[in-house]
Order: sequence, then C-alpha cells, then structure tokens
Amino acid sequence: MPINKKPHNNISPAVLKKMYITMLRIRRVEEKIGELVRAKEIICPCHLYIGQEAIATGVCSALRKEDYVFSTHRSHGHYIAKGGDINTLMAELYGKITGCSKGRGGSMHITSPDIGFPGSSAIVTGTIPLAVGVGLSFHIREKDNVAVAFFGDGATNEGAFYESLNFAALKKLPVIFVCENNLYSTHMNISKCLSDTRIYKKAEAFKMPGVCIDGNDTIKVFEQAKKAIDFAREGKGPSLLECLTYRWRGHVGPNIDVDKGLRSEKELKSWMAKCPIKRLEAFLMKQDILSKSEKEKISKQINKEIEESLAFAEKGSFPKANELHKYVFAKDLDTKNLGKRI
Amino acid sequence: MRKLSYVKAINEALHQTIEKDKNVFLIGQGVISPWYVGATTVGLVDKFGENRIIDTPVSESGITGAAAGAALTGMRPIVMHPRMDFMYYAMDQIANQIANWHYMFGGQVNVPMTIWGIINRGGEQAAQHSQAIQAMFTHIPGLKVVMPSNPYDAKGLLISAIYDNNPVVFIDDRWLYEITGDVPKEMYTVPIGKGAIRKKGKDVTIVATSWMVQKAIEAGSILQKDGIDAEIIDIRTLKPLDETLIFKSVKKTGRLVVADAAWKTCGVAGEISALVTENIFQSLKAPIKRVTLPDTPAPMSSVLEKAYYIDADNIVKTVKSLI
Repeated sequence: MPINKKPHNNISPAVLKKMYITMLRIRRVEEKIGELVRAKEIICPCHLYIGQEAIATGVCSALRKEDYVFSTHRSHGHYIAKGGDINTLMAELYGKITGCSKGRGGSMHITSPDIGFPGSSAIVTGTIPLAVGVGLSFHIREKDNVAVAFFGDGATNEGAFYESLNFAALKKLPVIFVCENNLYSTHMNISKCLSDTRIYKKAEAFKMPGVCIDGNDTIKVFEQAKKAIDFAREGKGPSLLECLTYRWRGHVGPNIDVDKGLRSEKELKSWMAKCPIKRLEAFLMKQDILSKSEKEKISKQINKEIEESLAFAEKGSFPKANELHKYVFAKDLDTKNLGKRI
Repeated sequence: MRKLSYVKAINEALHQTIEKDKNVFLIGQGVISPWYVGATTVGLVDKFGENRIIDTPVSESGITGAAAGAALTGMRPIVMHPRMDFMYYAMDQIANQIANWHYMFGGQVNVPMTIWGIINRGGEQAAQHSQAIQAMFTHIPGLKVVMPSNPYDAKGLLISAIYDNNPVVFIDDRWLYEITGDVPKEMYTVPIGKGAIRKKGKDVTIVATSWMVQKAIEAGSILQKDGIDAEIIDIRTLKPLDETLIFKSVKKTGRLVVADAAWKTCGVAGEISALVTENIFQSLKAPIKRVTLPDTPAPMSSVLEKAYYIDADNIVKTVKSLI
C-alpha cells in the first residue's frame, strides 16, 4: 500500500510525551557524540542517527521489553529507544571497561541483553537473519513476542535480506523488518543502486504486508509498527515497513558531507525543515500535551543526563592489556549431568 | 559394549539431545533427506515434528543466521550443511556474526550453537561437492572445531558441541559413516579440546584428523610389520588444540607426520607443524612432514581422483622417508 495518510488515533498522551523525550534524548546524545568525535575525544567510528529519531522511537515505543531489537552500524538511536543506558553507551565509546560492551565493541557493537537488545553489527544486513532466528525461537517456543530488524536501504541489496524475508514469510515468523530509507547507501544515492526504489514493494513478492511510511512522522511510525507487531503476535507473520527519512550528518562522523559533493545543501536543508522532533513537539504543544515549562524541564533534564554520562565515562577504567584474550570463548557448560566425560 | 555405525551414532546423539532438551532443534537444507545427510536423521521428523526438525530452502546465509538468532535467545540449535562447499555462502554469518558476538559484547552474549558441516567427497563429484575446509573455521577466533574419527567420538563430541556455550563447528566425513565401533547407549560427552592416543609407539608420532585417523591406524599396522613403532594421535578437536598431547608424544618419538585430508597451504597440518617447531624444536630428529591433499581443486575423473586423495600408503611412505 502507498504512503499511509490516516491521522493518528489511540495513542495516550503519556506515550506521546515519552516518545518526545526519547527522541530529544537521542538527538542530544548524538549531537554531543558528534562534538566529541570532532574534538578527537572519541576515536571509534560513530554513525550518527540525527534526523532519523522518529523511526527507532516510534517502533520501540510499540514494543514490550521482552521483544528483541537488532541494530546496525548506526546503532545509538535504536539502543536508546529500546531503553539502553546512556552512561554505559558513552563509556563504551571511550573504550572503557564500564561500557555496555566492556570496551570490546565501540559504537557499532553495543548491547543491552536484559532489555531485548542483544547487539548491533557493522556488516550490512548481518543482523537481519539473526532477527529472523529470534522470531523462529519465539515461534518454536510458542511465545507471543516479536523480533525487529532495523536496517538501511543499502541492506536491501544483499542476498541475505531476501533469504530472510522468504524464510520469515514461509514460516509466518513474528518479525518486523524496518527499513530506514535515508536515501543513501554510504555515499551512493538509492537511485544508483536499486532498480526499483520502492522498497516496501518487495514485500509483495513474499506475500507479506509492506507499507511505506513518512519516517519523520513519529505517530505514523508508531501506528504502523503497532499494526505490524499485533499482526506478528497473532501468528500471522512478518511485515516490511519502509520508513522514508534522511540522515543529517554524513555516513560516518559529525560532518555533513555536502562539501565533499556527495549530496546538495539544498537537499539537506529541505529535510532539516522536516525535523521529526520539531514536528512532534509542535503537535504536542498544540494538543496541550506539552507545555512550554515542561519542555524546558525536559531539555534541562536531558542535558543533565548527558553530563552525568560523560562523568560516568570519564570515571571508568580502561580494560587491562592482559585481558585481551578474555571473552574469546564463553565458559563451557557444565555437562556433568549429561553423562560421563572420558 | 554395543557396536554401532558412525552414522547411527550421530543419529542417536540427535535423538537423545532433542528429546532431552526442548531448546535443541535441527535446521538446514535437506535435514529430512537421506540423499543429503545419509541416515543421520532417520526418525527425527516423525518423532519431533517439523517445528524442531526444520528442512529449509537453499539459503545458507539466512538459515545459519536464523539458527544463530535462536541461539541468542538461549536455544541450542544445530544447523546442518550437507556439503562443506555450501558453507561459503554462510561465511558472513559464521565468521562475522557467530564467532564474534561473545567477544564483541564483552562476554555478555552467548551463541551456543552447533554448525554441522559434512564432507562428502569422492565419486567423481569434482570441485564444488568435495571440499574439506576445516582450516577456514579453525583460523577464526571464537569458533571451536571438532572432527570425530569414530562412532564413539561422533556421538560424544556432537553432544558436547550441542551443550557447549560457544559456537562449535562439528565436521564429519561421509567416508566414515559405515565404520562401526563401541558406542554406549546412554548420553555421554567427549571433551572438546582433548585428543586421544590410538596406538602407543616410540619411533614416530602421527597426528591425524577425522578420516585420516582411520588411515593412520592402517598405516600403523603396516609400519609395525616393518619394525617401525608409530604413535598415533587422533586430535579430535582442531580448536582448541590439545598441544600438550602432541608435544608430549613428539618429545618421546622425535619425529612427526601430520595427516589431514584437506589442502596443504595454510592448513591444519601446517599449523600443528609450526606449533611443534616453535615450542619443542630441540626434540626433533627429522623434519616434520605433512600428508595432505595437493593444492588443487578436487578433480572429477576417477584417474585424477586417485592421484588427488590420500591413503594409508602415503602415510607409510612419508614415515619411512624419515627413518
């Protein structure tokens, strides 16, 4: 179906406000990380999510804690939206032992297993089969949880994407494929790499629902995600959501890539004018869900959280060099109940 | 003790683990087809149903990743690849995802899965249906690699692989399937990372993998008749490697031949050879020799196959060149 233009309904003011806070938290965290990368305080490659906040927020707000989310190299937004701790995120970017991945992963490999965020991966499409596997596990164990795979438009060029859509649809697995179409696969415009740029159409070939959403409209993302999630929970199978959006910064790092001739300033400005946060904020204020004083309070609170996260990161120690080999292998399972060892 | 064939030993390990533990399931291309997997999966789908014995489309990357995803939720999947050649399609999932996840996330995430790769060669199957690519997996940090050479170990190592908290690549060779041996009825495990001495000896150490262990045992008998007393080590696990066992033996014999029915360059035999020279060079009385496949793709014509594959004779000749 084409872009869904139906107005929102049935979203409580509390959820709407929480989504606003989450989006602003993602934005401010990413802006701060951008500054720190520019200042060479943070060295590991950071792919910033600024401009795309509505998608992670809209989808994750419709999930339960026990539902799983898989992310990509552009991972911070999904992590925060699923409820990830920004203290341990920041410490991870500094390579500290107190980081969410204990200084072994960095920006592209963050984790929070207790809240259904097993990890993010830097290989394009790499986590899509994993999300299908989580869906398979829920299916085998007859649980009504769902798995979400976030990925970019570039990922739809990989074979594993199609294998995953087919298998999930074939077995009616509870998986939501969320494509964040930000129009660029690193430097390459989508028109240069896809023979048909309507990504949501690919769902048809696998007999699953596919919708195209304005990915800068948080409420629409939430509504469509909720629909797909309910569909999956009922055992009806996967859905593909294509969310149209734009990343304000370059593929990696804090710069905007306009000077490199990779995209035009006009294009960037046109998308900045469609800021998903300003849009939701204006809506909430118009609906009297958010007051001016509350808005200021939220803003201050987030700034405070970020300051605290930096202090937390600062305070943490680096891993010891003699712990290089730690975590190559997990501890073996105790097999004593299985029978004799010889 | 009860005798069982290698193929039946695998079948029994699968039946027992899948029955015992609801988290264990089998998935892969052709898991219900004898044409793909011989008799290893007989009776499984009838007993456990299609929800836990999952025959899949030809989608090695997607399916291997799906098994890994299920492992991330605490299940213990076995993903089967009926020919190792097909596993190249799954290499991203195996090398980039599965092997790395535990380390990359600071030990907080386990991937307790078994990746079962079958070597199915000979019979003029040529270059893309014959490969033994154990070295590829052994190279990658985070993967354990086992290659049982007899029915007892096939059952015990498969059960160990399933219950290990790490991804384990379990490699069997269909040339071993009809070999029979002692196999207890109950569940048991053979420890991963421990080799076994198949014959004690004092003149030369032969370290072998999988099918080549059977050939080394044959070679050992022939050599014995000629007055050469070979010690034969079945290494069983390629990673983590039982270096202690190898070093101890080579210190005693002073000579080493490594037999691995896979390519020579950057192979398992080369690795074992390097470890011995690095650590106990002073114990060696002769150069270390490798008995491996030549560095060519597997040929088709049976005349060429005969020249390509290695046998007990190759081991005998190699040992004799050292003494």
